[in-house]
Amino acid sequence: MLTIDTQIENTHHILTPSGEIDASNSVQLDESIRHLSESGARSILVDGTHIDYISSAGLGVFMSYLEDFQEKGVSLKIFGLKPRVYEVFQILGLDQLISIFPDKESALAQ
Amino acid sequence: MKQKIQLSCQTSALAELRRFLEQQLESTSLSERDRHQVTLAVEEVCANLIIHSHKCNGRDHIFLSMNDLPDRIVFEIEDQGEAFNLLQYEAPDIQRVISEKRKGGLGIILVKKIMDEIQFESHQGTNTCRLIKFFQS
Repeated sequence: MLTIDTQIENTHHILTPSGEIDASNSVQLDESIRHLSESGARSILVDGTHIDYISSAGLGVFMSYLEDFQEKGVSLKIFGLKPRVYEVFQILGLDQLISIFPDKESALAQ
Repeated sequence: MKQKIQLSCQTSALAELRRFLEQQLESTSLSERDRHQVTLAVEEVCANLIIHSHKCNGRDHIFLSMNDLPDRIVFEIEDQGEAFNLLQYEAPDIQRVISEKRKGGLGIILVKKIMDEIQFESHQGTNTCRLIKFFQS
């Protein structure tokens, strides 16, 4: 079960997925990010506090936007991941490729 | 003790698979961190079979058994679809995944990094993928 909320704070678009992200629902995450990108968002922050689980299908969604966002100057940051979820990013070395922060404050500070 | 589950080849079965694994792995010697990672690896293999070998055909099934042994846990995933030998699959380079904007390919890398041993055999139309995790490895 996955729900995704979005809200705007100043110039930042905050995306909050809650639940488990797997191959059955990663398309929801993809659509949410694409929608923000198409509507002109320049700063996307993913609040990972409520992500209980993420499989490669979800990781792949983030990966697929990296190059596009870099070219377009869109900032994508993830914060607040639970340790066991963060470890999955680490196993693949994605923590070196995606901007991941411990909390919202540190994500906004950079 | 060997525990088994039969899954319909639909991605909606993946949540059911996770609940089964969570329940079964709780009584093993694996740490919480390893339980989470092993669940992920087993799910990645099953998702691959469901999506690629069985094209999400809900009438097809895959069978998973988990055997909790003194020094290891052995997962056996059986199906009768198109054989997919994980061992022969060359996982893509992460940079290639990024530049080709692929949303797939990362799962197999995860499985290979998480599990200690992977075995594959195909016999009379039944494919068996065995994933092994040793305790304290």
